[in-house]
Amino acid sequence: MRIVPFIISAVGAAGLIAVLNTQLPVGGSKTPRLGYFLSPQQGFWQNAEPVNGSHDGNIKLVGLKAKVDVYMDERLVPHIYAENDVDAYYTQGYLHAKYRLWQMEFQTHVAAGRLSEIVGPDRIDTDKFFRRMGMVYAAEKTMKEASKNKEIKAAIDAYAQGVNDYISKLEPQQIPFEYKLLDYKPEAWTAQKTYLFLMFMSYDLTARGVTNDLKMTNARNYFGYEDFDQLYTNVQDSLDPIVPKGTAYTPASISVTAPASVDSLYYGKTNSGGAAIAPVVPDKNNGSNNWAVAGSKTKSGRPILANDPHLGLNLPSLWYEVQITTPTHSTYGASFPGSPAVIIGFNDSIAWGVTNAGRDVIDYYDMKFKDSTLEQYWYNDVWNKADVKEEVIKVKGKPDVIDHVAYTAFGPVMYDPSYKNESTKGKYLALKWTAHEGGQGLQTFYDLNRARNFDDYLTAIHKWTCPGQNFVFVSKSGDIAIKQQGAFVARWNRQGDFIMPGEDNQYMWQGIIPNTENPMMKNPARGFVSSANQKSTDDSYPYYLGAASDFPVYRGVIINKKLAAMNNITAADIQEMQTDNYNVFAEMARPVLLKFASEIALTTEEKKYIGVLQSWNLRNDVGEQGATVFRAIWDSLETAIWKDEFERSPLPLPWPDEPILLDIMLRDSVYYFADNANTPDKTETLRDAVSMAIQKATKACAELEKNEELAWGKFKDSRINHLLKIDPLSRLHLPIGGGVHIINATTKTHGPSWRMIVHMTDEIEAYGVYPGGQSGNPGSKYYDDFVDTWAAGKYYRILFLKKIAAAKSAQMKWHLTFTNS
Amino acid sequence: MKFLSALLLTALLAFATGLYGALPWWSFAITSFIVAIAIHQKAGKAFLAGFAGLFLLWSILAFLIDNANDHILATKVATILPLGGSYWVLILLTGIIGGLVSGLTALAGSYMRQTPKPKQSESI
Repeated sequence: MRIVPFIISAVGAAGLIAVLNTQLPVGGSKTPRLGYFLSPQQGFWQNAEPVNGSHDGNIKLVGLKAKVDVYMDERLVPHIYAENDVDAYYTQGYLHAKYRLWQMEFQTHVAAGRLSEIVGPDRIDTDKFFRRMGMVYAAEKTMKEASKNKEIKAAIDAYAQGVNDYISKLEPQQIPFEYKLLDYKPEAWTAQKTYLFLMFMSYDLTARGVTNDLKMTNARNYFGYEDFDQLYTNVQDSLDPIVPKGTAYTPASISVTAPASVDSLYYGKTNSGGAAIAPVVPDKNNGSNNWAVAGSKTKSGRPILANDPHLGLNLPSLWYEVQITTPTHSTYGASFPGSPAVIIGFNDSIAWGVTNAGRDVIDYYDMKFKDSTLEQYWYNDVWNKADVKEEVIKVKGKPDVIDHVAYTAFGPVMYDPSYKNESTKGKYLALKWTAHEGGQGLQTFYDLNRARNFDDYLTAIHKWTCPGQNFVFVSKSGDIAIKQQGAFVARWNRQGDFIMPGEDNQYMWQGIIPNTENPMMKNPARGFVSSANQKSTDDSYPYYLGAASDFPVYRGVIINKKLAAMNNITAADIQEMQTDNYNVFAEMARPVLLKFASEIALTTEEKKYIGVLQSWNLRNDVGEQGATVFRAIWDSLETAIWKDEFERSPLPLPWPDEPILLDIMLRDSVYYFADNANTPDKTETLRDAVSMAIQKATKACAELEKNEELAWGKFKDSRINHLLKIDPLSRLHLPIGGGVHIINATTKTHGPSWRMIVHMTDEIEAYGVYPGGQSGNPGSKYYDDFVDTWAAGKYYRILFLKKIAAAKSAQMKWHLTFTNS
Repeated sequence: MKFLSALLLTALLAFATGLYGALPWWSFAITSFIVAIAIHQKAGKAFLAGFAGLFLLWSILAFLIDNANDHILATKVATILPLGGSYWVLILLTGIIGGLVSGLTALAGSYMRQTPKPKQSESI
């Protein structure tokens, strides 16, 4: 042996292996273990699926009761044919895991506050945020309550078993790509994770209040209640509610009374507001459209239902298409990887869809604690014992972080001296949220999957508590309906818009509105129902619905206008409407902008862009420059009006919504905010603000034009991010129009996450598309193959077949059989 | 002949251990080391045989997988790493990484068996 060279080469080899076996820090993130990652037999190459690969298979699942056949169609949509319901959900769990395992686990890790465990110390604040919101607490509570129903428990348990059977068969080299990239391994799935996922949806659709209420409190403290109430008015001139204006309501069965101290303690000018920008905030544009037209308005004489839920757009997609057929039901639609059953879809008798109700179901209470141990809080004149929960946050590559969350009569204390920022200093803010109240979880969707008629639909949705939704419905028998359903708090005016005093029960919720009093419409004479996240009723409804800023106005206006005008409607008409880019907000705002512009001396260049605006067809199509000019002027105008005053507040304030500024413009009164607070020697008018906005917008537009980015599609630059926000795994620069206030609500990263149209003919005619693909594997050609179809405003004709037809269909490309032996 | 046998055996054993996903990715380092001891060559040749065995195995495997995949994943990974989005560079990098580890362990294997006074007259 040549000792010295041997040692040198051996140490060199060992050193190289060690380096290649380590995650190296690069910039803010870490590389995968390169040797492992690049190994063709173990690393990422194993996830590069052959494009002509087969999806056939014979799979043994020991827990199955009988044989299950799955036909995979050419879009990789599974059509599950099982002999009983439990087997069907067992198989659905297996398939979700096979195609979406990483995402299912990742999303539930986020909900449970376990992100640091995977990605390291950067996300500790996010983890604390979700834990302090009581996400796990609520998931467990709902699970306990929902599991009392044996059917639901069996479905969710069978689903979990299916996921776990897949995981246990998974060879180490077959684990999904992202595990290899971040270097961790899948863990076992549990029923609790399904509930965590549903909690994540509750968070995404109802939790804007955790930031909003703080900002609104700041605004009230800063402006004083009187001015606040004018500035953030709850009056919406343009509103066309879900249930038409003028509808009569029965008086409230719960009479809510504001506490006597409300003027001094709540509306008053106490300067006790706190503010915090949460590490994660649900998107303001989380919303949706849905509508149904009756046979009286369609060419076929049968109803048509349309739904497109607007959510953050991600890869892998939130949705996974599936058909589930058992002796009890045959249902098709979009399912959530992470949960059994179909969430938005149809069966052979009915179809249903959802939009977000947007009602305020989350509030803060200002608590008094004895000391920082959080053990005792003052409530109803005595010291009460808080339930202090220890949260152990595992952090990748670092020691665990321990956090303590106190649970009070209202709920978990979200902010306290150990979790605060400069503006919540010294405060203990407890959170009260309907999502903490348990509920029957998936029951509503389980029942809707099996519903045959209007009564079944109503019974099913009455079990729904959080997040409140507008459930639209059609049946083959010709009924159409919409109902806003959820556990909605019976509130007095402005209750919960701000932080409420929490030292006694005076400000406590006084009740939940009974289901029978939730707004509903069935078979109206006008022949259609619709919702687009606007307020569900006018002010004659006997309960306070929440702050106007929770309810966008314009999509509802244009949808109702179009539906009222349409007749002899076909599914193709509905497709055109669902992807329409007409900007009704601009229709209202452009004339007043042009009027002001005509009264201002403009430069040649400014005139040019005003000309573009003037000749614009009011459509936010990909190629329209006018849409960009309009947006640039409007945004500059908002900045000119609000920025100077609002920046003077040391704490963050929400800017008033667009309808508020538009109404001010239309009234053209002398307006305090038009004056630039930074020019004390001058008093600016609205005209000056518009003039400033045009100047600024012209500069911006000229720059855009130089870079060939003035066309709306280029300017908006829509994208679909991978859940880890890694560009090469995302889809960038998508040529798609639309935007805020438009039926095609696609903004930069947000929009129609599933478009579905169901025509209730004898053989159901249904269309669907979502911006993603059935496989969650970035190495599969099915990863993002729907994206271009979706961006182009096109649809897939949905295959909804009986088993015999599926077995023979040329569009079914693969056949998987599941047996227990 | 020795060179070729060492190269092929290195590749074959690496492939065989690679089939077991539960083993670490660098298991071939041990087999390459053993091959270099069993088929003794001078340091330079041992290194080359070890390197080439894994370079060829890994780059050919990667090439075949990538081809069947229409470069979908390799293009993405070659952008993340970043290699300018070139699947070719990624395939070569894969081969070089495997080759280097294998070559160095083969080198160690060769030195382990070499007597301090190197003998002559070994040929391929």
